[in-house]
Amino acid sequence: MAMPQTDSTIATIDSGKQDIAVSVRNVTKNYGPVEALKDLSLDFPRGQLTSLLGPSGCGKTTLLKIIAGLLDPTAGDIEVDGKAVDGPGPDRAFVFQDFALLPWASVIRNVSFGLELRGMAKSEREDIASKYIKDVGLAGFEKSYPHELSGGMRQRVGLARALSVDADVLLMDEPFSAVDEQTRRKFQEDLLALVANENKTFIFVTHSIEEAVYVSDQIAILLPRPSRVSDIIRPTGLREKDSHSIRRDPEYLDIVDEIWDSLRSYVE
Amino acid sequence: MAHRSLLLKFLSAFLVFGAWEIAGRIPVSYAFPTFVESMGALARMAFDGTLLQAYTETLKPLAIGIAISAVTGIAIGLWIGLSNWFDWLFSPIFIVMQAAPLAALIPLLVMMYGIGLTSKVFVVCIMAMPVIVLNTAGAVRNTPSSLTEMGRSFQASSLEVILKIVIPAASPVIFSGLRLGVSAGFIGAILSELKITPTGVGDIITYSRSIADYASMYAAIFSIIVLAVLFLNLLEKIEHFLFEGNTRGYASD
Amino acid sequence: MKVFGVRLPGMSSLLIWGLLWEIIGRTEVSFFLPPLSAVITTLFEIIGSAAFQKALYETAYAFSAGVFFAVAIGIPTGILMGKNRLLDELLLPWVNIFLSAPLTALVPVLMVLFGFGMKSIIITTTLFAIWIIILNARAGVMQINRSLLEMAHSFGASPWAAFSKVYFWAALPEILGGVRIGVIRAVKGVIIGQLLISIVGFGALFELYANNFLMEHFWAVLLVLFALAFTISEFLAYLERRVSYYAAKR
Ligand SMILES: Nc1ncnc2c1ncn2[C@@H]1O[C@H](COP(=O)(O)OP(=O)(O)OP(=O)(O)O)[C@@H](O)[C@H]1O
Ligand SMILES: [Mg+2]
Repeated sequence: MAMPQTDSTIATIDSGKQDIAVSVRNVTKNYGPVEALKDLSLDFPRGQLTSLLGPSGCGKTTLLKIIAGLLDPTAGDIEVDGKAVDGPGPDRAFVFQDFALLPWASVIRNVSFGLELRGMAKSEREDIASKYIKDVGLAGFEKSYPHELSGGMRQRVGLARALSVDADVLLMDEPFSAVDEQTRRKFQEDLLALVANENKTFIFVTHSIEEAVYVSDQIAILLPRPSRVSDIIRPTGLREKDSHSIRRDPEYLDIVDEIWDSLRSYVE
Repeated sequence: MAHRSLLLKFLSAFLVFGAWEIAGRIPVSYAFPTFVESMGALARMAFDGTLLQAYTETLKPLAIGIAISAVTGIAIGLWIGLSNWFDWLFSPIFIVMQAAPLAALIPLLVMMYGIGLTSKVFVVCIMAMPVIVLNTAGAVRNTPSSLTEMGRSFQASSLEVILKIVIPAASPVIFSGLRLGVSAGFIGAILSELKITPTGVGDIITYSRSIADYASMYAAIFSIIVLAVLFLNLLEKIEHFLFEGNTRGYASD
Repeated sequence: MKVFGVRLPGMSSLLIWGLLWEIIGRTEVSFFLPPLSAVITTLFEIIGSAAFQKALYETAYAFSAGVFFAVAIGIPTGILMGKNRLLDELLLPWVNIFLSAPLTALVPVLMVLFGFGMKSIIITTTLFAIWIIILNARAGVMQINRSLLEMAHSFGASPWAAFSKVYFWAALPEILGGVRIGVIRAVKGVIIGQLLISIVGFGALFELYANNFLMEHFWAVLLVLFALAFTISEFLAYLERRVSYYAAKR
């Protein structure tokens, strides 16, 4: 099945010369008898978007929560900017799959909640929050409550909240899975713009091969439990292209095919 | 559509009160006054101040009991919901209390605290407390874990997680626990007035029965039921108003 | 709750409370709280006594009769309300009123209308239980899948067959949920009735023991009563869980 040109597109770049923002070293995680992750190592280059792609239940959320400091690994270390992680920190912000918005708080309070927890004064944090609410395209909805928003708008609130704390690393757990296909495509384009404009490191969990290839600088393919990284794929030529034509690009289609070929055996 | 439902409510009330009137006219029993007689007695008692006086008396143990149950019940419930070990220790007591006919404790309370206000407050408390505690604990336990994780990921302290996430998330269910507690408290307050010593509305009921003034007796009972139902409806309205869009129902009774 | 990695069973803390009761009872801080062991000894003495068995019998009788009427009247009423909009709109306000009304206030009326006996207690019990049973049966019928009803009609089911073969079973999980809560309320109702009309059942027994300051007897009866109530409620919760599996699959 493998097309001749795919080999050339998947370049294994020497990660030694790259600036690594987050590095996961030999992480193992057991839930009682269940081995979720086993001896997993992975580096996340600064300023880039890395996708974690793999079948359901393979431990993507687990890995993300360990990086966030919400879970402790059974063994192994996480380093962010060369410092070992023990617990949540201001250098990382999480975007939740189910949004995790406070239903009793308005959009602006939700967006500024991270800053509120850091003890920032109300007027100051609301200024910052307003800016990000505008950035994600929700201007005018500051006083609305989550139940008055659509799924896509709620996810934007979650994104604005994560952006407003100005963390270096954004951890996104299937952030677009609860929105419809049109919104999802729009979000993917916005995400590309975000990666290009903000000098942040994105770690992005997804189920969708197409999504991963479309938005990523680097794709880590995880295998089912106990999970390890089976492959790292870098779609090198796609970033230069205009976001509208990526999906028609032969390189894009080849990588999608190739990933599907390597994952197919685990689905069957 | 709203018209039809209102019309049917009136029709329904008319049918029931009409049936009451007719049954009183026959009469089905010497102790069954007509609706009009009962309402007449109600108006008389309302205007000569008897009712007002009676209700200040009746609502005293109710208000004190509900206040005590609310404060201690919510505190205990929060604690149970937050600590596994407290849960293990205290939950069974309230689960048994919830299922048990606690009214049976009344004779004991009378022996211990006499026939005064203390006993009556106690009766209200034992009736109202279990549902408040269990609702609070259940609500706290059911705080969506993604919300608490969200708090932690933004470095909230445990206290901040409790104050800014757990309690607000639990408050709709805590409030409906309070409403159920008030409902049970009414049962307790009236029970104690009928069983321990006749005071307030219980006194009107007992006294008018003893002199066979059934119209007044029915009127007093009618008034307390209306009062309780109106008050509980008001609480429900407040609940809808406060927690609109924030409802996560937990069944409990 | 885990201690040193061992899971403690759910209600095991009651043993600790029992122990605490025993200790407090032994220290004789309060005349009103005899040690648990003394209460249990007394329990075995009175459990065979004629007075206790009579009270138990009378209570069980009033309770079963009350629950029987609540179920026999409540479930059909609820199902009819769920099916007939006019009936529903006429009755629902009253069901809701009586669901939250302090029904204790009605006991004096029952006493003057039906006498100071069993009849009044049975009616009290029914009144405590019936409203939630109606409401749940109604909710159960209202959530029945439309296509299920159309299926019954398309196969030409008679009204009775549609009722007994479709409506009832489709609404069963909700109906049982209502019966469980109704029964718990009935336990409270039967005791409240007996306390206010205190010449029968445990009401009379409580009066007797309280007036003679027989604390051990009093607690023994309370213990039996609470244990029975708790067992009934747990048993019904267990039954409900057994049925709910198919509720999830509807
Ligand atoms: N709290 C837990 N207790 C026990 N096992 C767990 C727990 N959380 C996750 N697991 C197990 O660990 C494995 C990995 O879970 P994880 O949620 O990380 O998967 P995932 O890759 O995010 O799946 P999905 O794509 O469905 O979200 C799963 O097989 C799951 O059974
Ligand atoms: Mg996941």
